[in-house]
Amino acid sequence: MDKKIIISPSPHIHSGNSVEGCMYGVLIALIPAFLVSLYFFGLGALIVTVTSVLSCVIFEYLIQKYILKGKPTIKNGSAILTGVLLAFNVPSNLPVWIIIIGALVAIGIGKMSFGGLGNNIFNPALVGRVFLLISFPVQMTTWPKPEAFNTHYLDAETGATPLSLIKQGIPIENTTLDLLLGNVGGSLGEIGAIALLLGFAYMLWKKIITWHIPVSILATVAIFSLLIGIDPLTQLLTGGLLLGSIFMATDYVTSPMSSKGMIIYGVAIGLLTVIIRQWAAYPEGMSFAILIMNAFTPLINMYVKPKRFGEVVKNG
Amino acid sequence: MLKSFRIGGIHPPENKLSAGKPVQSVALPKQAIILLGQHIGAPAQAVVNKGDSVKVGTLLAKAGGFVSANIHSSVSGTVAKIDQITDVSGYKRPAIFIDVEGDEWEESIDRSSTLIKECNLSDKEIIQRISDCGIVGLGGATFPTQVKLSPPPGMKASILIINGVECEPYLTSDHQLMMEKTEEILVGITILKKAIGVDRAVIGIENNKKDAIAKMQGLVSSYPGITVCPLKVKYPQGGEKQLIDAIIRRQVPSGGLPIATGAVVQNVGTAFAVYEAVQKNKPLFERIVTVTGKSLKSPSNFLVRIGTPIGQLIEAAGGMPEDTEKIISGGPMMGKAIVSTEIPTTKGCSGVLLIRNLESAREEMSPCIRCAKCVSACPMGLEPNLLAKLSTFSNWEKCEHEHIMDCIECGSCSYTCPAHRPLLDFIRLGKGKVGNIIRSRAAKK
Repeated sequence: MDKKIIISPSPHIHSGNSVEGCMYGVLIALIPAFLVSLYFFGLGALIVTVTSVLSCVIFEYLIQKYILKGKPTIKNGSAILTGVLLAFNVPSNLPVWIIIIGALVAIGIGKMSFGGLGNNIFNPALVGRVFLLISFPVQMTTWPKPEAFNTHYLDAETGATPLSLIKQGIPIENTTLDLLLGNVGGSLGEIGAIALLLGFAYMLWKKIITWHIPVSILATVAIFSLLIGIDPLTQLLTGGLLLGSIFMATDYVTSPMSSKGMIIYGVAIGLLTVIIRQWAAYPEGMSFAILIMNAFTPLINMYVKPKRFGEVVKNG
Repeated sequence: MLKSFRIGGIHPPENKLSAGKPVQSVALPKQAIILLGQHIGAPAQAVVNKGDSVKVGTLLAKAGGFVSANIHSSVSGTVAKIDQITDVSGYKRPAIFIDVEGDEWEESIDRSSTLIKECNLSDKEIIQRISDCGIVGLGGATFPTQVKLSPPPGMKASILIINGVECEPYLTSDHQLMMEKTEEILVGITILKKAIGVDRAVIGIENNKKDAIAKMQGLVSSYPGITVCPLKVKYPQGGEKQLIDAIIRRQVPSGGLPIATGAVVQNVGTAFAVYEAVQKNKPLFERIVTVTGKSLKSPSNFLVRIGTPIGQLIEAAGGMPEDTEKIISGGPMMGKAIVSTEIPTTKGCSGVLLIRNLESAREEMSPCIRCAKCVSACPMGLEPNLLAKLSTFSNWEKCEHEHIMDCIECGSCSYTCPAHRPLLDFIRLGKGKVGNIIRSRAAKK
């Protein structure tokens, strides 16, 4: 036989799943939230997101090429995703130079210093966000007011977020409908509960993520809030809770792998978030809760194993 | 809700191109090459010599141990030589080469097509007949059937499970057999029930074979104790452990035998072979082989004499397509890529699949992103990413601790991995090493 044939072990077919597919899938799921943001924060949302994405991609390209000296990795979409998520976690009137610093920290320290995608311990976008929050507390907590067809950027009119009002003991003015639609102050991508949930539904449908992490976070926050006598719905719909539980806590690399582990991780994030919101100095606790639990992920993976087939020997 | 196994699983495209194609006989080969090791266990010992003339059904080789099986001639003619030939594993193995002359069958074989329902043999006599006729599991694992029907002391079967799942994409040989030989299979199941002394048998069939389910259900009423169980279309539903879990909700303990659950599993093809052996006195020397592939002219189900070169089957199905990159013996998930079309068919060969470059090419792997798709796909509840990593670090002790030996090599992990990591390749390597360590430890004791 003169024909050249390939010999390799089974399986001989592949699902067609790819890293790019997963990353672009998450990006598609973020589109509704981005549209809401464009509507209420307008020009600012656009400038911040574009700056963040471009800087993340450029930093990853440069670090990969000149420091790690590896093959280019930017086409797998993870730098774009980090850029979008970083932008979604900052106010839409943040100056460009601060965003660039955030992107450098997110990609440089959060991801590439560990060896790139797959090796990082902490969610890169959150590393960038928390770095900015600590370094630029004023700019990072000056929130533009939502306004239909907004054309402002740095000159946007600012106001408080519901969570910061709650922290100061002032009753919030936003109705539940405002919170659902996104007519509320806050970080660029965290407003618009319905849009975020739409993204969640899309990712479940496409099997990009499973329900375990988001549902256990949301359920824990709701139950814990009830127990300590605060309104669970406000807690669920305000701040970065939905954005965090759907898009940040579910980051593949930094979350546990077994479904049991995911639930433990989700419950802990939920508890930590409410504790920080209620009793710590910051009005918002989602980012810190996720980063803390990122650190516990390897431990969870080591001790919480998936249920094995034939593990329990039944009598008879 | 359809029954299914409970952990993991995937759903690859079914691609049953040859579904519904009636079984056709292929022409006899000029020379039949009959391997002595066509089953799990010791190879058979040849009892014929060069120059001997043999008939169809003549015993060529006797079982070479407790776990072994007899091998019979599939053709009539003269033994040309006993020599080595490359088999599906890629290694050289001993085989008997027979130059074919005519098609003369042993007198003792009943060649009529009349259905014989009555069987007056005792359980011992049935098992003896199965052993004499060289029946092995035809689902692919080729475990000698008489061994599986004789549980170790202290173990007792309570149910017979018949595997008509055929969960591998592309393959349709069991499906077509169920359509064409329904009654024969049911008689075979009745005989198997008698052999192991159980009064209940369940035929598990994946729900993508609705015609076969309907046909079986229409006929089971006249066979007491047999029921049909449609199963969810999910890979690997036809894995022995998965099938037991799906049907009787019991899991074979890690490291244990399936009989520990009280179930004995036999393939539908095996049930048919048992019918032919017991009722027609016909040894196992032919089987149905699906020959398929997306570029193949006419994907078919062939009745093939064992020892026919695979190349001849491909010719019969329209010839080798230009774009073939891989030739697989078996299905795309667990089959073996073979090195040459001169390799003869064996008892365990359920299909020949020609794969195009489009499907066979392996993409370059990238770092694991810990997406846990392999963990959710693994039907044994293992962590393929972890096992593969431990294996690359040669950490065999940890591999064993993480139950690497539980892996059934179904390939779901590699199939689903978005980073294209060859997880199963690494796990197989680890299984080999850990298996050796376990054996040498047992030998020391």
